[in-house]
Amino acid sequence: MLISVASGKGGTGKTTVVTNLALALAGDYKVQVLDCDVEEPNLHLFLRPKVYATEEVTLPVPEVDGEKCILCGACSDFCAYNALALAREKIILFPELCNGCRGCTMVCPVGAIQERPHRIGVLHRGKAGEIDFVSGRLDVGKPLAPPVIKAVKEQDQGKGIRLVDAPPGTSCSMIEAVRDTQFCLLVTEPTPFGLHDLKLAVGVARILGIPFGVVVNKSTLGYTQVEDYCREEGIPILLKIPFQRHYAALYARGGALVSEYPEWERAFREVFLKIERLVRENARTASG
Amino acid sequence: MQELLVVSGKGGTGKTSLAASLAVLADNKVTVDCDVEAADLHLLLNPEVEQQEPFYGLEKAVILPEKCIGCGRCAQVCRFDAIFPSESGGVYQVAPLSCEGCKVCTLVCPAEAIKLQPPVAGYWYVSRTHYGPLVHAQLGIGEANSGKLVMKIKQVAREVAREEGYPLILMDGPPGIGCPVTAAMTGSTLALAVTEPTVAGVHDLERLVRLARHFKVPLGVVINKYDLCLEMAQALEDYCRREGIEVWGKIPFDPKAAEAVVQGVPLVSYSPGPAAEAIGSIWERVADKLATSQ
Repeated sequence: MLISVASGKGGTGKTTVVTNLALALAGDYKVQVLDCDVEEPNLHLFLRPKVYATEEVTLPVPEVDGEKCILCGACSDFCAYNALALAREKIILFPELCNGCRGCTMVCPVGAIQERPHRIGVLHRGKAGEIDFVSGRLDVGKPLAPPVIKAVKEQDQGKGIRLVDAPPGTSCSMIEAVRDTQFCLLVTEPTPFGLHDLKLAVGVARILGIPFGVVVNKSTLGYTQVEDYCREEGIPILLKIPFQRHYAALYARGGALVSEYPEWERAFREVFLKIERLVRENARTASG
Repeated sequence: MQELLVVSGKGGTGKTSLAASLAVLADNKVTVDCDVEAADLHLLLNPEVEQQEPFYGLEKAVILPEKCIGCGRCAQVCRFDAIFPSESGGVYQVAPLSCEGCKVCTLVCPAEAIKLQPPVAGYWYVSRTHYGPLVHAQLGIGEANSGKLVMKIKQVAREVAREEGYPLILMDGPPGIGCPVTAAMTGSTLALAVTEPTVAGVHDLERLVRLARHFKVPLGVVINKYDLCLEMAQALEDYCRREGIEVWGKIPFDPKAAEAVVQGVPLVSYSPGPAAEAIGSIWERVADKLATSQ
């Protein structure tokens, strides 16, 4: 089962949920975690894996052979991202803007453009106890997160429980992380911000056709509209985590609820059982 | 004209809450919500929209079914897995959420069945609030190009500031360090990084500091809810001292802050208290910084 954990708003507790789910389930299942929040990967701070492999994530960008280039400008005209510019004596490449589509190599009339790998981030693979750990990390100053996210998702081992820690937001990065997952767990908090951004994230899950449920973190802040909204929309709330100062302090130091409190281990296991049931029901509805 | 960017790296550290209070405290400025994917500042500033404009994203491919011969070459060359056979069969179609508008498919289509269209990818707004003009936007769900929309609303804000004679633009930034943050940071006078005393807060601040240096934007730090973990707050301060970064203030945990958000009011207008007081002195410090960097 491939489960994504996402949210519209940042800082609602995605990483907390992934950490606790992984730790709660690792005794009974084969668990793999995929940290796709590549702009701010934090999962390692809580799972503290032993990293045994690090590899570069690259994007194929063009390299123009100055000997062959006739300065016709076909490549720079074609590039939709303005990554190539025709100067007086050569073609200038802005690799940060390149999306790696290789259109330039196809339109060049003299075959002067080859592709070469351009580093945009790294991938870490490791083990946190029994948990298989994969994390992507976008290099600082590189704007293009989705290819790094894709590289992380390619490490999906295809069996057991795989948990994707998605980036916040609702745009291309979040979509890349959430797409093709079997269930999306949306983490929110009971504030007007949480509600506003939850609605956007629900919109994404619906467009992608992925069954989803909600975790309400800091559930005791006193704003009931989030739960009202879920009830009206028929969205299942799978877990509520109350705000407690000692939970906040535990998180601050990189601790996990399930390691400290056995009742939370039970609660997170139940979340998974609920997800299994919802995925089964969804498959039944879809096929019948 | 000066531009102050409130930014955080990690999400949920309190950027928007702090930005809303700064919008109350700062006079003569245009406020901008640069978090166009999950824009929340309007929930605290209660704007009245005066102008709404569509934002056109990058063009996306559309396959005309009547022309498509079903050869599948487009799907083979697409590097974004955006083209797939339609369920009814015979023709191909584009998944708009995956298409990046590179046009490579048009190069190989033998039937001229693919055209590119700019989609409406969101809207941007110029609004009035009690605290001056607010420029904000909402990117369509699942759209790319949030960086481009950030650039657009910054440009609009600069025009509004010029027309109305305001010397300052106050920006609530997006989380992360990717394209929208890059777009927000380019050209900023000063960045105020809101962080929290957690392992994740420390980790993400380090990446943000490197980004600000990359763009040569001076940066100061505010530690929000510092007393939730004094040990990590100390680690943040030690890190800042080592790196020569100024800490412009520490905001204590104050239940009033969450209450203010729930009530939809900027904290400094909601209730006096330790957090509101801390924000008051942070603004004095930032205003000094802005005055001396002129």
